[in-house]
Amino acid sequence: MRNSRWTNLIFQLIAVILALGFTTLVMLIAKAPPLDAFKNIIIGSIGSWTKISDVLISWTPLLLATTGLLITFTAGLWNIGIEGQMMIGAVFSTWVLRLLQESTLPPALILGLAILGGMLGGALWALLTGVLKTFGGVNEIFGGLGLNFVATSINLWLIFGPWKRPGVASMSGTIPFPETLWLPTLPGSRLSLWALGLALISIVLVYFLLRGTYFGLRLKAVGKNAKAAYLLGVPTWQYSLAAFALCGIFAGLAGAMQVLVVYHRLIPSISSGYGYLGLMVAMLVNYQALWAAPVAFFFAALNIGSIQLPVVLKLDSTLSGVLQGTLVLFVLLMQGARQKLGIRN
Amino acid sequence: MTIPPHTFLLYHIGCRLSVVSHFVIHLIIIFLSFSHSLPSHSPMNVDLRHIHKTFGKVHANDDISLDIPAGTIQGILGENGAGKSTLMKVLSGFIYADAGEIRLDGRATTIHSPADAIRQGIGMLHQDPLDFPPMKILDNFLLGRAGGLFPDRKTARRDFLALAAQFDFSLDPEAYVDRLTVGERQQLEILRLLWLGARALILDEPTTGISLPQKEKLFATLKKLAAQGMTILFVSHKLEDVEALCGRVSVLRQGKLVEMMTPPFDAGRLVESMFGKQVTLAARTPARPGLVTLRAQNLSLEDSRLQIHQANLDVRAGEVIGLAGMEGSGQTLFLRACAGLLHPVAGKTLVGGRDLTGQAHHAFKKQGVAYLPASRMEEGLIPGLTLTDHFVLAEKMRGVFINREAALGLARQRISAFNIKGTPASTVESLSGGNQQRALLALLQTPLNLILLEHPTRGLDIESTLYIWAKLKERCAQGSAILFISADLDEILQYSDRVLVFFAGRVSPPLDAAQTSVTQLGQLIGGKGWETLAGEAAHA
Repeated sequence: MRNSRWTNLIFQLIAVILALGFTTLVMLIAKAPPLDAFKNIIIGSIGSWTKISDVLISWTPLLLATTGLLITFTAGLWNIGIEGQMMIGAVFSTWVLRLLQESTLPPALILGLAILGGMLGGALWALLTGVLKTFGGVNEIFGGLGLNFVATSINLWLIFGPWKRPGVASMSGTIPFPETLWLPTLPGSRLSLWALGLALISIVLVYFLLRGTYFGLRLKAVGKNAKAAYLLGVPTWQYSLAAFALCGIFAGLAGAMQVLVVYHRLIPSISSGYGYLGLMVAMLVNYQALWAAPVAFFFAALNIGSIQLPVVLKLDSTLSGVLQGTLVLFVLLMQGARQKLGIRN
Repeated sequence: MTIPPHTFLLYHIGCRLSVVSHFVIHLIIIFLSFSHSLPSHSPMNVDLRHIHKTFGKVHANDDISLDIPAGTIQGILGENGAGKSTLMKVLSGFIYADAGEIRLDGRATTIHSPADAIRQGIGMLHQDPLDFPPMKILDNFLLGRAGGLFPDRKTARRDFLALAAQFDFSLDPEAYVDRLTVGERQQLEILRLLWLGARALILDEPTTGISLPQKEKLFATLKKLAAQGMTILFVSHKLEDVEALCGRVSVLRQGKLVEMMTPPFDAGRLVESMFGKQVTLAARTPARPGLVTLRAQNLSLEDSRLQIHQANLDVRAGEVIGLAGMEGSGQTLFLRACAGLLHPVAGKTLVGGRDLTGQAHHAFKKQGVAYLPASRMEEGLIPGLTLTDHFVLAEKMRGVFINREAALGLARQRISAFNIKGTPASTVESLSGGNQQRALLALLQTPLNLILLEHPTRGLDIESTLYIWAKLKERCAQGSAILFISADLDEILQYSDRVLVFFAGRVSPPLDAAQTSVTQLGQLIGGKGWETLAGEAAHA
């Protein structure tokens, strides 16, 4: 047991070193100074309180997406449709705000309803994938992928159609909401403790849900062997749908936060790829809730830290993507290698 | 802060890895097969020397030396966990020995992988068939020797049909493997290995899945093959099979080779060396059946291959009914229909007087019907979950949170009550077959009205078999009725009160087990003597 934990750590370390090495190689080919680049990423992410709060802002939706995905992965489902679920969450949230912004309701209530609306939107969109899978025999990867495109189209249509800015429609999104409908942030910062709190509560909830409840155990059973789970009395397709709905709730919440905290309006790329990034985080932590928060933080830091690469080093900021992607691949590779060695020993 | 498209691509590669690797494996197999041309049937001597293998603390193979001359049918006897399968896996390249040597034809050899074993002439038929369920039978047959990218399907088809005819296996080369029963999948594997032209053949419990006539055919063929110089390793726990077939028997017990015998075999001594003690069968106890728990009324069932018309059966509390027949004769259809896992085309299923026709399995479960599938790891248990997890899953939910203390207590109690060799934290895949079956049994709830079992003791040794039946008989005494499928006619007659025989979708009327002989049953299974059965319950 102890032994396997150590070898596990060693293999993870090798994966990190290989990913760093590969990224360095990419930079050398691009004739960029690797050490400077890494230094800039570190300084750019945790070099100052502003940077750290930027990382936390980016961490929130990523952690929420990962949280949701932990549930679907546990149920053995590849919820690649999470991007669309975030988007529809943001759309629902915007919709609630648009409906109520002229009303006399207190802003706090409107904000609360907008958050709930976002969660509902995400859940419904996720359920659609689940229903397609359960009753239509459409694999959730293909269904989710298709629905991502549909969600993007709905989003664009709203921004350039019914919800366009007075005068001219623009890629910069719908007209911003009044400041009373912004979720409160720390003074002088864009960081909202509300959003951060919700994300942390979510991951803690899901940790306990998956670890200590009947629901979590049954979900695991469905994910690992649906046939046997059914014979043991678990209503399998209902649990699959529930996993989709729950994941959709967290994805929708992430979408709502993007609207209420970050952009204060609906923009075309409202999900910002956090859903896909969440998939990578979930894979990297081997679907264990315990490590989701720190690894998501690391990924968010890479994202923020690479923002200043173009300014300082004339490097594209996608460098962080290279590092994130190779990291996931190398970790998966090391897991494979370890299993292979395990069989031989 | 947007994510560039390439990360999505990477993800995509990741998620499709399993599918891709599947095909890559196929390609590799096909290319590997380039390297070996037509197999030669020249005799091969297999010599194992001082084989050691440990798993953690378990010394699964402890200094085993076994020299098998070409053309011998070598029996390997032993109870579950004695180390038979481990030794065979070492020989067939699935695992490496910690120490020791394998000599083929006097030359020390390293066997790197199962594919390598086949190349060197060693073919293994596994207890759980290793095949590709979503593919056609012919494609499975072709795997491992296709001869390039474009396999010669025509020749393969002809060879397949010829071989199948030789064994009287009724397998349609164009059918899909996932439609087959476990027994038929074993048949496919036998044919494939024979076709690959293995010079030494390892059979791991091959007789458990097939019927008596099929077994006789198999034995005749094995004897013929041995006469031609084929070296055969026959792993079994069934004395009568070994007696009927083998020219030599070695007995393993707790990882050690404890006995080596040539005919005439002393059955008593063999049993003693297998278990280290004498084992006796339990005496028959006639049942005193109670009320009707299950009524199958004019039940018509069908799947893609088979139809059953208007079967009738009343199952009474406390009785045991054995379902006999060749694999795929309709008994599985019938059993699944009784569990609500298959919906009848016509007719009714009543449980405890309640009409549950067309309802889902969980409605049956609620009325106290339990179903134990034959493929333990595929349908019965959940790999990756612990024994404790399983017991918690099978129990009724109490609240939202799992009480870990109570769960652990429950697991400990069941593990000791069912004599399972494992701990509460053991994952089910780490258990041996016999212990997995005990675990399945331990998952049954109390009380139950009806227990439906597919091959409850397949692949288990005598001791486990006796244990499991003792547990099942306890259930009968508590009022549960039992319906079970078995390919073992002795088991059917030993434990049943009544017997239903299935043949190609025909269902016999219930026969009194006490007045039926193995010979009679064997004939009925093979489709003979049905005219004399008065009032046949259903016919195709």
